[in-house]
Amino acid sequence: MSILEGLRLAVNGLLSNRLRSALTMLGILIGVSAVILLVGVGNGASVAVQQQIQSLGSNLLTVFPSNARSAGGVQQGFGTGSSLTLDDVKAIANRQTSPDVVTAIPSAGGRAQLTYGNQNWNSTLTGTTQDFPSVRNYQVATGQFFTSGEVDASSKVAVIGPTVATNLFGGADPIGQVMKINRQNFRVIGVFAPKGSSGGFNNQDDVVVVPITSAWSYLLGGRGRNVQQIYVEATSAEATTAASTEVTQVLLDRHHISDPAQADFQILSQQDVLNSAASTTGVLTLMLGAIAGISLVVGGIGIMNIMLVTVTERTREIGIRKAIGARRQDILLQFLIESMFLSGLGGALGILIGFGLARVLPVVVSTLPTPVISTPSVFMAFGISVGIGLFFGLYPANRAARLRPIEALRYE
Amino acid sequence: MITLEGITKVYLAGEVEVAALKGISLHIPEGEFVAIMGPSGSGKSTLMNLIGCLDQPSSGRYILDGYDVSALTDDQLAWIRNRKIGFVFQSYNLIPRASAVHNVEMPLIYAGDNQQRRERAMAALESVGLLQRASHLPNELSGGQQQRVAVARALVTDPAILLADEPTGNLDSESSLEIMKLLRELNQQGRTIVLITHEPDIAAFAQRVVRLRDGVIVSDERQAVATEMVR
Repeated sequence: MSILEGLRLAVNGLLSNRLRSALTMLGILIGVSAVILLVGVGNGASVAVQQQIQSLGSNLLTVFPSNARSAGGVQQGFGTGSSLTLDDVKAIANRQTSPDVVTAIPSAGGRAQLTYGNQNWNSTLTGTTQDFPSVRNYQVATGQFFTSGEVDASSKVAVIGPTVATNLFGGADPIGQVMKINRQNFRVIGVFAPKGSSGGFNNQDDVVVVPITSAWSYLLGGRGRNVQQIYVEATSAEATTAASTEVTQVLLDRHHISDPAQADFQILSQQDVLNSAASTTGVLTLMLGAIAGISLVVGGIGIMNIMLVTVTERTREIGIRKAIGARRQDILLQFLIESMFLSGLGGALGILIGFGLARVLPVVVSTLPTPVISTPSVFMAFGISVGIGLFFGLYPANRAARLRPIEALRYE
Repeated sequence: MITLEGITKVYLAGEVEVAALKGISLHIPEGEFVAIMGPSGSGKSTLMNLIGCLDQPSSGRYILDGYDVSALTDDQLAWIRNRKIGFVFQSYNLIPRASAVHNVEMPLIYAGDNQQRRERAMAALESVGLLQRASHLPNELSGGQQQRVAVARALVTDPAILLADEPTGNLDSESSLEIMKLLRELNQQGRTIVLITHEPDIAAFAQRVVRLRDGVIVSDERQAVATEMVR
């Protein structure tokens, strides 16, 4: 018996019991569309997180001081050391020793209390140099960023994020206004454009940026002229590894350390952050897929149940077929094709419905990340649904194939 | 064509062994029309299952068209049933969801014989006079017509023997006569026919009558062939 013949028999058999076939198919349909949709949501969340991280600059390296060691050799918390200096920053930015680095900026800061008129706002203070906007992917919307001259002169100027502008100045134009940062007068000379990454752990629009020299002199009193972090801009995302190696070498030389394991600094690339985020969202996707997979298994059991009923109903037909020469494998194939056709068709419809829901659901539920449906997941869902038909059809089909013809013929 | 040598068949009914056939030896040459008769419980159904290769004997030898059938596997038996035997059952046993012509071509499907399948099925339907009913479903046909479709299905693979198990059991006398005339015609064309029945007027159409009682042959005689039914 050919596959085509088997397919014709299967369609014939399924059409003879339309309601039952449709209900059985529904089980697989729901399972497959759930897999498509939930895996899509997982992927969507992953893409959203990656975009957010990439908006920080995908070619960015961050250099932290290592954990400080107390006299007894006890390690203290991450980034508690104070080994980085402004000269380190200048050395890293030297294109002779580190050709894959565009530039580097220092960063020192903390929380800051801002006051303007009778308004108060608590924000994140960053002291840095003139290259901050290009390295950190910030655009200045109005006004301008401070210059190297203002950095050298420890000018009391500040550039603020749009969140600060809104909350501190209301509708008024903040440019040229003098506000207080930790009770020191600073003149606002620029406002950043929104970066759009609202929510999350760190609002990038709620910032106030001042020259690092001014921060040291007026705002971070008592902590010395320490650089808390160095942001390094590599020439491209691909060059971050090379840049990281160069930065390591420069700093090891400058700090007179011969063994890299003893380095008093750590380098974190945006790629590392991306990787760890990807593994987190990967687990999320897997979990959602597994939950949807359970419903697929339930659908498969439904198919098995119905196929068992069908085999019992058609016992006499099986007897007739065997009497006129059907072999075991012919009967086996007939019922396997029937169950695979049932689950395959349910799977195909489930894919379509999954696609539809992926389009409609984000419109209805706005907090849902836009589902991203990958082509492999569609093929996999279809393959799995056909596989479920095969797996759960095997037992009923085998039962049919093993029927003895005389007993099957006698069955009423 | 058919040779049975010391065939016995023992069933297990619960824990008791029941001997349905107690040593049957029988030879049916090619072209013969044999009726096997006997009351219910005589073992004629068991014998029919064995001759039809639906079951295997407990002991003894069965040679069908040169093949020793008593030692074959399930799949080999399926092949023998497909190529060597045409079945006509009391209850027609057509597949309800398939049209007449599809029912008739089904043995060819299992034979893997796709050459002119539809044409051969149509020819078989024509030979039983049902060409114009080819696309009808079984439940759209009368009992006599259904049984003629079954005869066409039995003939389509050109089998060595036609095995008819109470073929008129569910039919009125007019349809019964039609079927018996059809079988006699087929026999006159050289077809070997084994007919199983308990009705003397049906058995009268055969050239030879074998009577069974309690699992043994009690008589085996030739007779003049009837042409009409006496009831």
